[in-house]
Amino acid sequence: MSGYVPATSREQQEMLEACGLSSFRELYRDVPESVYLDRPLKLPEAASEMEVRRAMEEMAGKNTVFPHIFRGAGAYHHYIPSIVDTVTGREEFRTAYTPYQAEISQGVLQSIFEYQTEICELTGLDASNASVYDGATAAAEACEMCRDRKRSRILMSDCVDPQIQSVVRTYSFGRDVEVTLIPQKDGVTDPEVLKTLLAADVSCVLVQHPNYFGNLEDMDTLTSLAHEAGARMIVSAHPLSLAILRTPGEYGADIAVGDGQPLGIPLSWGGPYLGYMATTSKLMRKLPGRIVGETTDAEGRRAFVLTLQAREQHIRREKASSNICSNEALCAMRAAAYLAAMGPEGIRNAAVQCVSKAHYLQQVLEHAGLRPVYPGRAFFHEFVTECEDPAGLNRALEEKQILGGLPLDGNRILWCATEMNTREEMDMVADTVKEVLGR
Amino acid sequence: MKLVFERSRPGRGTRYLPECDVPVVLPEDPGRGIPLRLPELPEVEVSRHYTALAHQTFGVNEGFYPLGSCTMKYNPAVNEHAAALPGFTQVHPLQEAHTVQGCLEVERKLEDMLCEITGMDAMTLQPAAGAHGEFTGLLLIKAYHRSRGDTARTRILVPDSAHGTNPASASMAGFEVVSIPSDAKGCVDLEALRKAAGPDTAGLMLTNPNTVGLFDPQILEITRVVHEAGGLCYYDGANLNAIMGIARPGDMGFDVVHLNLHKTFSTPHGGGGPGSGPSGCKEFLSRFLPGRESPDSIGNVRSFHGNFLVAVRALAYLLSIGREGVPEAARNAVLNANYMRIGLRDAYDMAFDTVCMHEFVMTLESLKEKTGVSALDIAKAMLDHGVHPPTMYFPLIVHEALMVEPTETESRETLDEAIALYRQLAEEAREHPETMHQRPEHTPVRRLDEVGAARNPVIRYAYEV
Repeated sequence: MSGYVPATSREQQEMLEACGLSSFRELYRDVPESVYLDRPLKLPEAASEMEVRRAMEEMAGKNTVFPHIFRGAGAYHHYIPSIVDTVTGREEFRTAYTPYQAEISQGVLQSIFEYQTEICELTGLDASNASVYDGATAAAEACEMCRDRKRSRILMSDCVDPQIQSVVRTYSFGRDVEVTLIPQKDGVTDPEVLKTLLAADVSCVLVQHPNYFGNLEDMDTLTSLAHEAGARMIVSAHPLSLAILRTPGEYGADIAVGDGQPLGIPLSWGGPYLGYMATTSKLMRKLPGRIVGETTDAEGRRAFVLTLQAREQHIRREKASSNICSNEALCAMRAAAYLAAMGPEGIRNAAVQCVSKAHYLQQVLEHAGLRPVYPGRAFFHEFVTECEDPAGLNRALEEKQILGGLPLDGNRILWCATEMNTREEMDMVADTVKEVLGR
Repeated sequence: MKLVFERSRPGRGTRYLPECDVPVVLPEDPGRGIPLRLPELPEVEVSRHYTALAHQTFGVNEGFYPLGSCTMKYNPAVNEHAAALPGFTQVHPLQEAHTVQGCLEVERKLEDMLCEITGMDAMTLQPAAGAHGEFTGLLLIKAYHRSRGDTARTRILVPDSAHGTNPASASMAGFEVVSIPSDAKGCVDLEALRKAAGPDTAGLMLTNPNTVGLFDPQILEITRVVHEAGGLCYYDGANLNAIMGIARPGDMGFDVVHLNLHKTFSTPHGGGGPGSGPSGCKEFLSRFLPGRESPDSIGNVRSFHGNFLVAVRALAYLLSIGREGVPEAARNAVLNANYMRIGLRDAYDMAFDTVCMHEFVMTLESLKEKTGVSALDIAKAMLDHGVHPPTMYFPLIVHEALMVEPTETESRETLDEAIALYRQLAEEAREHPETMHQRPEHTPVRRLDEVGAARNPVIRYAYEV
């Protein structure tokens, strides 16, 4: 008895006999002798659950869990109501496959339909898919949606998260698509240079708003410029910012993407998260991945089903818009449960607290001696300060169980504050800065 | 079932956040000019809503789930315990290395184990799903040929029995797809492969055991032909469950692999994800891997370190079953499939009536001709009996296909009950074919109008203005 195989060795022997075989080797008769493994794998021996738990707990114990986090840069520490874990932790949801058999999968299908609706509401756009892997792959897939025979080049703002930039470039290497960087000016995308870059072969402009440095972009101007040149506008946005900022639908973005992690997904060393994608009715059929639609059953009752599948790989094979198959359905369900629990007032409040606390932190840090790199710029919940020795400062903060901002090149730090951070904590950060700077 | 929006009443809700303890600042922005219409529910309604949804969801824990090609094995509880440890869930992905030694240890241990199981030299956990792993592997192949200045290799050979993701991934990686026909036994047509392989061949993508559930006995010849033409061999690990610990892709001549942790390594599917699709390769390709500090790296395919908590679950699984448990799982997956095949071969036509690997494919072509009852009808009828249907209409090379993969975690009684059910449905199809088109009758909803859904897509709730 080991592993999770219920059959006893006697049952196995009887079942082999029922198949007219006398040994397991006969089951593998098509495997050539030279590749049939004649040794045990070099793996540890099987372990009891108690031993496995100890081993996993020991590894988890080697990580530092910071109670005070001032780092964002693509992964954000937000409050997750307890109900999110409770309802989405159910085994039915966790152990189901993709809802191909709709008659017994209405729960998952309806949850995705609700998620799609909520993403449309947040972004002010018309159509959403059922999620992709993360915010970075969502941006890369969005770029591909805009490509056609005449237009393929991607213009990407240098104020986009470097991880997203890297993933967009990797996907572009696959498609042999050229990516041109739009330089920044004072922490935002430079509209003057964008104008000069918008040639007839440009398919899309990718901007992050609020951008990697936390700054708010002038989305109206950038979007108008892109559209005047016949290119599409893709915006990558922190989903909570959409509760209070002018929406992509309002400033005319063609596609909105982003990482849904702030909507109820724990930090988890980077994953699983989910990438959300929303677009206009016009581009709906170019969306990659699964989409759930409403229909009726044989008795006329409302029901939900995977739809518009003619876009997808299992039908179109090499002509599919994307190869995506598995997505992040359970994370999308978490996001939907988070939004249902928090409600419109709850997420507006969370967003306002993010802005308020980040501004307070910037003030106290400036007071403590860390000058903002982009003074006067409007920002959401991240900002950059100067710092002569970011590593040294972070070591001092670590001693107080604080995860400081992310060191950037050129003696700078990218800070983040959310509704999770108290005034007391932020004052503690400022005090530590003063100590380190010897003030 | 009510939609969450239909349960909503203005002004309801639960307060989760304290009052703001700093002066309130609003962003300098025109601000959201359209209403934010999200559900407004007391927590009890949120709970009841999702409980109602759960009652209309069928997971592995509701019953037998022999969905071919998807390896729906039991998802052990200890995996979930490990993945919920705060030491893993509350760690920021950009923490300094000395504060995440445990995460790095998980990553390293799992990579090493997966290398040993596949016969590869290096592995990345960054790809988030099987298809993502395929794309990554193909980019390694592309980068390799480019690094040698070999720009003529623009084609990827893909058997006509392959998963749809294979040609789609090849296309995303910028390759032209050449379809290789299968022979009468369901395996690669060697003659056709020899003709197709040449100086423009970048590589071959192959699933072995293949999608008809057979181990291709000519595997060494296949990889030799591709290598001699200067191409590389890509192993699609979707079906690794049949042979893990028994035979290794690396020993069969494969240069690149991807695995599906959510199939072979017992992590749950979550109603469609998250999964994890590690990519592995031989040493000569390792400098191209994503997520590495190497000037030759193809770059990142996803942010951060991939679906880390899925990797945690897979490691817990491998530590549990250990060196003996890996081949034991494979042997019993294959045994269970053959046991069902033998139990059904006189009730259904087998697409290939021979010893199979972890799954087998039936063809209902003649049943349909004689009775009008299709593979879809039989599958839908199963829904009334608490058994998840097999994969339908795949692979494409088999008409009216039903593909059954019982996995190793099902007991003999479960298999016997399923065999009896399949046989009963075959009999009903012959005796009362007309009743079969109406099934299922006892599920929360009956058959759906899929054509209507696609013709007039309604993909979001319409608020009454």
